[in-house]
Parts: sequence; structure tokens; C-alpha cells
Amino acid sequence: MQTQKYELNMGPQHPSTHGVLRILLELDGEIVVKATPIIGYLHRGIEKICENKTYVQTIPFTDRMDYLAAMGNNLGISQAIEKLMGVTVPERAEYIRVIMAELSRIASHMICIGSLVMDIGGVTGFTFCIRDREEILELFNRACGARMTFNYIRVGGVSQDLPEGWVDACWKFVNNFDKVMETYNNLIVGNEIVQLRLKDIAILSAERAIAMSATGAVLRASGVDYDVRKADPYGIYDRFDFDVPLGQKGDNWDRFMLRFYEMEQSVRIIKQALEQMPEGPVMAKVPKVIKPPAGEVYHRVENAKGEIGFYVVSDGTTKPYRWHARRAAMVNLQLLDELCHGNKLGDVVAILGTLDPVLGEVDC
Amino acid sequence: MNDSNIFMLISSFLRSLLSPLLGNDATDLSIYVVGLVGVIIVVFTNAVILVLMERKVAGFMQSRLGPNRVGPWGILQTVADTLKLLSKEDYQPREVDKWVWALAPALLFIPALGAYAVIPFDNQAVPVDLNIGIFYFIALSSLSTLPFLMAGWGSNNKYSMLGGMRAVAQMISYEIPLIFSILGVIMLVGSLQMSSIVEAQSKVWFVLLQPVAFVIYVIAATAETNRTPFDLVECEGEIVAGPFTEYSGMRWSMFFLAEYANLFAVSAIATTLFLGGWQPLPLPGALGDILQFIPGWIWFAAKTYFMIFVFMWFRWTFPRFRMDQLMSFGWKVLLPLSLANILITGVGIYFYRVMIGG
Repeated sequence: MQTQKYELNMGPQHPSTHGVLRILLELDGEIVVKATPIIGYLHRGIEKICENKTYVQTIPFTDRMDYLAAMGNNLGISQAIEKLMGVTVPERAEYIRVIMAELSRIASHMICIGSLVMDIGGVTGFTFCIRDREEILELFNRACGARMTFNYIRVGGVSQDLPEGWVDACWKFVNNFDKVMETYNNLIVGNEIVQLRLKDIAILSAERAIAMSATGAVLRASGVDYDVRKADPYGIYDRFDFDVPLGQKGDNWDRFMLRFYEMEQSVRIIKQALEQMPEGPVMAKVPKVIKPPAGEVYHRVENAKGEIGFYVVSDGTTKPYRWHARRAAMVNLQLLDELCHGNKLGDVVAILGTLDPVLGEVDC
Repeated sequence: MNDSNIFMLISSFLRSLLSPLLGNDATDLSIYVVGLVGVIIVVFTNAVILVLMERKVAGFMQSRLGPNRVGPWGILQTVADTLKLLSKEDYQPREVDKWVWALAPALLFIPALGAYAVIPFDNQAVPVDLNIGIFYFIALSSLSTLPFLMAGWGSNNKYSMLGGMRAVAQMISYEIPLIFSILGVIMLVGSLQMSSIVEAQSKVWFVLLQPVAFVIYVIAATAETNRTPFDLVECEGEIVAGPFTEYSGMRWSMFFLAEYANLFAVSAIATTLFLGGWQPLPLPGALGDILQFIPGWIWFAAKTYFMIFVFMWFRWTFPRFRMDQLMSFGWKVLLPLSLANILITGVGIYFYRVMIGG
């Protein structure tokens, strides 16, 4: 039968492109022939702005990149600057950083799962994820006074110590987490239609994942054992006992399930950190005006979306000469086209959901 | 069953009032007009109630409150919504096919309304008790496919177009198992008339005799009304709002109204065919006698709203299928199942006749 291909502009205003992503779809009926992500609708020029700010002033900008897991970004840039300056962070601050980064990862994965389920039609799953994420945001709010854009992890430690009762509240959350997972298992994972929609769709081989330098859950779902927390431990991550869950096939289902397993591992890390956390100062002796010696540094951390790396070049003044972020969501999103080939229109949103881009980080 | 229920009382009162003035023919006509107005009132009030109910059920499923600001417990929320929709600009995009685009919402609403003509609200309170009642219902409900295609084609929008195409594919595919599931019931009754279908269930409801047909009917009816997990026509996550993308204000709410009118209609038909219509629970002994005293229309409304709740329950717990999965489920699972159901029903009826006859 003679058919004609046509183009469909999905986005930038669309219910399920996770922000202002525009996908130019070339369709043959319902089947995707080509999917071109067009990015830049949220571009704010953060890298260039940061070259004109002092080092400490660049930290809030990282909050606005991956705003769903901003603690991890704070951690990355702070550790990059610390590496440049050679600052040692107090023990307590290191533990607080780990707890915050892992809580951030859980919150981000909850949004990933929830919005993926909502994109394939199950709105109720989304509201349950949002409800549980709210508890994490409340913990952040109590610790630093902000729910989304924290600016909490600073050069030399964290901006303030945990308030009274925070540790108990955090224990309550992690101890209750089994019940949360049970709800998800019953409502989302156990649902036949969710399984039907995600299994064996958009299989990403380990070779292609490596070739496209995918990181995070997208890479590990293809069976590649690479987690920056294990491969190149930063901070005090070498002190914790946790597993790196791996997928088998690299299909949508593996990418989806990996987020569940990672949340469980994050809870394990948080439990250990809460047990081991010592008393003491939370801020190192850092000069008021930060002037790192001339030099360059690349520091990477494992954030919720994957490996986020900060490349900072100092010329010895108060402002960075070059400030660059390797954003995991941006790199992972490049897989969209090859994963969408031959799949249906309905799968595009599911694939996008499992790649989990945050447009603040993609466009930067 | 007493013949003097509330609808009969009203109609005989109207008759005694009007027939001296107008003569018999004109009285019959005016009784029909009263019935029509009554049905329209039922449709509109139901839509208002169902929108609120949907949002409250959604809130209940998602462990939140739902609308609770306008009026006590938010019961006036739908009124506020309707006023908002009425006051909106009647916006018409420049490139649409004007006639097709403008006719679609109206044409969708007509079969939804027409289907109410054969719904047996109570004993002898069927607006028009046709001897081909259920056939009329099927014929009218299949008409509602066309307006979706018209809206999709006329909107001159690719999302709408995709939605319209999906609507046609989906509704035609699921109509077949829907009709076949109804056939099982018709074979048991031997009549297409709504009132005789209900009366045949005075001893045992057909949901017990035709459980497979009931399940098939519920699934196919969900697909017919385009609700999750079969809401591929609207499919917010993929094609924005499908055929409704280019509509706004009252035109858009006509689609909404028709959706809820259809939802009520398919639930009412499920009640009629499988849950005993206006008949009370067939319980033996004193309890059964007590249940007889509850008016038939209350039984009918209670069963229908229960079915609507079930459909809402589906909507707020399931994600949606993909288009090809939807099609293969319809053709490869539901259709053979409904055909097997007809065969088994036929064999069952044959043996039953042999037993009582021989």
C-alpha cells in the first residue's frame, strides 16, 4: 500500500515532553520513522553567566539546571571548587552531603517514575509519587529553608547544620520506605498494562549505550556496571555498602525498574550515613573571598540522571575563567532518535520518560 | 410488581388533564414531548453530577479531597465550571473546515441523547418501548463514531487527525464484541425489547448466567466510551486532546457532555441487560419482600451509578494501552471469547430445552 510520511511537531507546548522539549517526529501512520529532539527553549546561558560570577555565586545556578535533583548538582560544583582549592571538608558535612544527595536521587526518581506512568495514562501513580516526594521536600525545607532550589551544599561544607529533630524525621522517612515501595509495587509495577507498555520496547544494547556515552540508569539498564560512586568514589562514598543494580536487556522496562532498585539502594546508603554521622562542625575554614590557584579541574558525581561533571578553569582571580557542566540528561537525550525508530507514537512518550530528561539540565 | 409507580402516576395525571382539552392524538404527542424534556433534563443533570462524581472518585483514588471550595463539599464546582465554559469566547481557528468542524459536536450529542429513548428507567417507564429496543441502541451508539472522525478531519490539525483515525479504528473494532456479548442475553430472552429483557430477570440476573458476556460488555463499553485504559482517542500524553484539540468553550464541553451521556447510557444498558434493570435483588423470604417496596427507579439508579463507579475506578487505576495492543486485544481476545460465549449459550439453551421438554 502506498503511504505518505508526515511530520508532527510534538512540543514545545505538549503535556508530556517534560518541559519545553520539541520533538520533530516523522511518522508513517502511527510508526515513528525519525525523531529529532530540538532543544534550547529553556537555554539561559548558565555557563556564560557563571564565568562572570564569583565561585560561590555559581552554586545557585546549578540548582536551576537539574531542579529535580539539585542537591547532587550543588555537591558536584562544590567538590570541583574544593578540589581546585585543596579544601578538606569536615566529617559531619560529608555525611550530610551524602544524605542530601541520596534523598535528592530518590525524589528525582519518584518524579521519573510518576511522570512516566502519567504519560502512559495512569494519573493515579503520579499523584502517589508526588505525595511521597513531598516528604523529602519537607526534609529539605527543614534543613535549608527551600524545597526546590537549595544552595545548601557550599564550598567547604554545608551552609548550616541540621536542625533539631531532623535526623529523627529522616529516620522516619527511610523506615517507612518499604511501605512506599509496596504501594508502588501494587499500583504501578504489578499492573499488566504498565508491563505490556514497557517490556521489550526500545532495546538499547550495551555497545550503543557506551558509544553514545549514556550514563546513569540508562547505561546501567543495558547491563554496563558503571556508577561514579563505585568507579571513581568521591566524598565518602567508599565507606558505604551498597549495590549497583543492573538491567538485563536495556529495554524501557529495565530502565524503569532500575529507578526502583536505585531508590532502595539510596535508602540503604542514607541509613548507614545516619548511623555513622558524627557531631562536629559543618563548615571548613574557607576564606571569605575564594580565589583558587590558577589551574583546571574536572570533577564528576553520580546524580539522579547520570554522571554530571563540572569542568572549572581558574586563572587565579575571583571568577572562573571557564565554567562548563557535562549534563547527563543532555547526553542521554541524544538516544531518543535511535530508540524511537520503528516504535509507535505512544512509545515516544514512554521512551522519553525512561530517558528522564529535565529540560533545565538539557538546555542549561 | 405494582403498576402505579411514580412515572405512571405522572403520565396518567397529565393524560387526564390534557385529553379533555386536546383530544387523544395531541395528548399522546404532548406526553412524548414531556418524556423528551424529561430525558434531556436527566442527561444534563447527570452530566453535572457525573463530572463532580468523577473528580471526587479521582480524589478518593488518589488519596486527596477533590473539589471542595465551591459550595458545601464542592457540590457547586460543576456549576462554576459550566458558567466558565459558557462565558468563554467561541473561538474558531482560521484553517478549519467550517461546516464539518462545527457540526461534529452537535452530531455527537444527538445519538448520545437518542439512546436514552429506549432505556427502561422503571417498570413501564421506558420513553419508547420499541420491540427492537436494544438493536436501536446499538445502531445509535455506532453513529457516534462518525462525529469523532469529522472533528478529527475538520480541525485541520495532525493531532486531531490521529485521534479521529484512532477513534474509528477503536470504536468499530470494539463494537463487534460489544454486540456479540449482548447477543448472549438476547438468546436467553428471545426478544429485543427492553422491558421483556428486564422482566426475564425477575428470578435470576443475567450477570450470573452470562458472566463472560458481562465482562466482555464492560470492557468493550469502556472502549466505546473512550475511557482509560482505552482512551486512545483523547490520549492526553500523546496527542494532546485528539479530535477535541481545536475546540474551546461550549463546543468543547459538548464533547464532554456527550461523553458523560454515553457513560450513563452504557451503564444503564449494563444494568438492564445484566443486573436486572429496575428489579430488586431476587432474594427469597421476608428480606426479598422488603426490597420489593423500594421503587424500581431507585434500584435502577443505584445499579447504574454502581456501574458508573466501576468505569471510573478503571479510569483512575489503569494506564492506557498502545494502539496496536488495543487492536490485538479486541480482535484476538475479545472477539473469539464473545463468539465462544454465543456458542456455549446456544448449546446450554439446547440442553435446557431438551431437559424440560424431554
